[in-house]
Amino acid sequence: MMEQIIDIISWIMLTSGGFFVLIGGIGALRLPNFYTRMHAASVTDTMGTFLILGGVILQAGFTLAAIKLLAILAFLLLTSPTASYALASAAILSGLKPETKAMLDEGAKAQ
Amino acid sequence: MSMYAIVSIAILVTMIMALIRALYGPSLYDRVLAVNMFGTKTVLLLSVVAFLYGRPDFLDLALAYALINFVGILAVLGFFQSQSSDQPEEPEK
Repeated sequence: MMEQIIDIISWIMLTSGGFFVLIGGIGALRLPNFYTRMHAASVTDTMGTFLILGGVILQAGFTLAAIKLLAILAFLLLTSPTASYALASAAILSGLKPETKAMLDEGAKAQ
Repeated sequence: MSMYAIVSIAILVTMIMALIRALYGPSLYDRVLAVNMFGTKTVLLLSVVAFLYGRPDFLDLALAYALINFVGILAVLGFFQSQSSDQPEEPEK
């Protein structure tokens, strides 16, 4: 009974993790400018990672594999926001301006 | 078809999308973003495939790849930042 409940929870986590990863991939491919694409990619980095690795950890149980997966999860949750921050900061410093509402309005007037 | 296979197919499709973005990417930072995303997805794919084929030793590869990916992205960003500061677009007086 307990095993079945854990199985169901981990399957739900795995499928919703796959769903989030897919959504983030579509977003990174389709969204209009760099900062929105980065937003989509960050969703897969945190939510998708947490759900998929959490689901796999539940399947692994109390083993060495679960400890390694926890290490991977902790490391990814620490580093991928840091990498996103470094990327956004480098893009801003290099002069890639985010589109604000005023710029969008100007673009609409120019057309 | 097991649950792991479905998740790994979803991750693979996302990796293909990240590759397309890395090839198209109008700016340099789009490419770096796509490569970073590709690396994170590789770690996820390795840890899911480890359970799909029942070979837990793949997890060591995933851990090592997670470490290398982070350092690699920071190194690439640092390289491009120092390169762009070496060659200022407008010469200063």
